[in-house]
Amino acid sequence: MSPAVEIRGLSKRYGKLQALDKVDLRIERGEFFALLGPNGAGKTTLISILAGLALADDGEAHVMGHCVRRSYREARRALGVVPQELVFDPFFTVRETLRIQSGYFGLSKNDDWIDEIMTRLDLASKADANMRALSGGMKRRVLVAQALVHKPPVIILDEPTAGVDVELRQGLWQFVTQLNKDGHTVVLTTHYLEEAEALCARVAMLKQGRVVALDTTRNLMRSVAALRLQVWVTPDRLPSSLESGAVKGADGSFTIPLARHADVADAVVALRSSGLEVSAMRILEPDLEEAFMRIMSRQ
Amino acid sequence: MTGFQTLLYKELLRFWKVSFQTIAAPILTAMLYLLVFGHVLEGRVEVYPGVSYTAFLIPGLAMMSLLQNAFANSSSSVIQSKVTGNIIFILLPPLSHGEFFWAYVIAAAIRGLVVGAGVFAVTLFTSAVPWPSPLWALTFALLGGGILGVMGLIAGIWADKFDQMAAFQNFIIMPLTFLSGVFYSVHSLPPFWQGVSHLNPFFYMIDGFRFSFFGVSDVSPWLSLSIVGACFAGLSLGCLQLIKAGYKLRR
Ligand SMILES: Nc1ncnc2c1ncn2[C@@H]1O[C@H](COP(=O)(O)OP(=O)(O)O)[C@@H](O)[C@H]1O
Ligand SMILES: [Mg+2]
Repeated sequence: MSPAVEIRGLSKRYGKLQALDKVDLRIERGEFFALLGPNGAGKTTLISILAGLALADDGEAHVMGHCVRRSYREARRALGVVPQELVFDPFFTVRETLRIQSGYFGLSKNDDWIDEIMTRLDLASKADANMRALSGGMKRRVLVAQALVHKPPVIILDEPTAGVDVELRQGLWQFVTQLNKDGHTVVLTTHYLEEAEALCARVAMLKQGRVVALDTTRNLMRSVAALRLQVWVTPDRLPSSLESGAVKGADGSFTIPLARHADVADAVVALRSSGLEVSAMRILEPDLEEAFMRIMSRQ
Repeated sequence: MTGFQTLLYKELLRFWKVSFQTIAAPILTAMLYLLVFGHVLEGRVEVYPGVSYTAFLIPGLAMMSLLQNAFANSSSSVIQSKVTGNIIFILLPPLSHGEFFWAYVIAAAIRGLVVGAGVFAVTLFTSAVPWPSPLWALTFALLGGGILGVMGLIAGIWADKFDQMAAFQNFIIMPLTFLSGVFYSVHSLPPFWQGVSHLNPFFYMIDGFRFSFFGVSDVSPWLSLSIVGACFAGLSLGCLQLIKAGYKLRR
C-alpha cells in the first residue's frame, strides 16, 4: 500500500535561496505527524509543493501514491490543506464558501457533512454571516472547514493555531484527533512544541531546507534531551558521586543528569546518606522543546 | 455540480451580486457616448448610404461595451484573487486546466453579452437600428466576448499588482478598442492608418458585428469571421499553455 505522503529528492530554489534541498520524507497512512523548524526552514514550501501551489525544481512528491504533477487531480482530491495565511473570499457567507468549495470537488449534495464540520468547529451560529464580518479565529475555523469538505484522507495544517485563542486550539485538536482516529493522516506544523509533543507520534525537523531530524517523538526526546533531577539542598553542595555533569542554577538548585528513571532512587539515597537535607526536588522529563533547541543549535 | 460548473457559477455570482457596478454602470457609459457623439455628428457623417450616424454607432458601442466588460470580468476576478490570496481555493481542488480556463472565459463572455444586450435594449427607443441577423450577431458577440475573456485571463495571470493590470488595460485594450472603428469607418482614414487598422483584430469583431445589422461592412464578414476565429483559437491555446505550466499561479 502506498504511503500517505512520499517525497524523494525534493529541491526548490527561490532565486539564490535554496528553500528545499533534496528532501526525502515518507509519512505512512494513519500517522499524526509534525513538521517542525524555525521560520524560513521550508515547511510551507514543502506543503505548497504537495498541494500543487508550488512546483519543485527537482525530485518527486506523491500523495496517497499519486504524483502531484502527473496525477494532479487524484493527488489534490486526496489532500486537504489549511493554509498558513488567513485568506478568504469577501463575496460570500460561511455556508456559501463551504458549498462552493465542495462544488470544486464535484460534491453537490454535501450539506450534511458541511453541517457536521460547522458544528464540530463551532461555526454553526455564523453559517450565514459574511466572511468579512468574522474575527480572525473564526476565519481560521472556516479555513479548516474548507480543507475538510471533501473528507480528504490526508490533512495538512500549516500553523493552524498561530494567533488563535486557547478555546479554539483545544476544540481544533479534539476534532483533528478524532479525524486521525477515524483513519485520516494528519500532518501539522506549529511553533507550539508542546502541541506537537502531545499530538504527534513522529516528527521531522527542517532547517534551511534540509531534514535534520526524523524519528518518533519519544526517540527524539530521549536521544537528544536528557532526563534530569533538580534538587535544592542544605547545605548548598552535592555529594561527590553526583557532582559530575551537575549544573548549579541561579535559583540555588542543582540539576543532575540521569540516564534513566531508576537512577532517581540512587540519587536520593546518595543525598540522604551524605547528610544533606532536601528542601525541594523535581524530575525534569526530556521534552520536545529541548530536543528542538539542541538539534537546531547543532552545526 | 461538477468543479467546472461550480467555478462558472461562482464567477457569475461574483458580478451578479454587484450588478449595479458591473452591468448598469457600463450601460450608462455607452448611453453617454451615444448622446454626445450621436448629437454632435448626426447629419454630418454618413458612413454607409442610407444609414444614419446614430444607427452606425449603436452596434459598435454595444460591441465595445461587450468587449470591455468581458475583459474586465476575468481580469479583475483573477487579479483580485491573486492579490488577496484566495486564488488558492481554486488552485487546491482537482479542477483541470480546461475547466479552469472555460469557467473564467464563459463567465466573462456572459457578462459581456449581458452588458452588450443591455446597451442594445436601451437604444431601441431611437428606433434607428434594424433588427440584426441573429446568427451573425451572436457569432461575433460570442467570439468577441470569448477573446476578451481570454485576454483578461492572460492579463490577470500575468499581472502581479493592480497597476500592472491598469497598464495592460490602458496600453493594450483601450487603443485596440478605440482604433477598431467603433466611431467611424476605417475607410474614412488615410491609407496608412487604414492599413494599420486592418492589423487590429478588434476591427474585425466590430466590422463583422455591424454587418449583422446593416448587411454592409468594410470587409467581407467571412474574412472577419476567419480572423476572429483564428484569434480566439490562438489566444486560447496560448492561455491554456500558461495555465498548464502554472505560469505565475503555481510558483
Ligand atoms: N514565493 C517566494 N518567493 C521567494 N522566496 C520565497 C517564496 N516563498 C518562500 N520563500 C523563501 O523560502 C524560504 C522558506 O520559506 P517557507 O517555506 O515559507 O518557510 P517556513 O514555512 O518554514 O517558515 C524562506 O526563506 C522564504 O523567504
Ligand atoms: Mg510557513
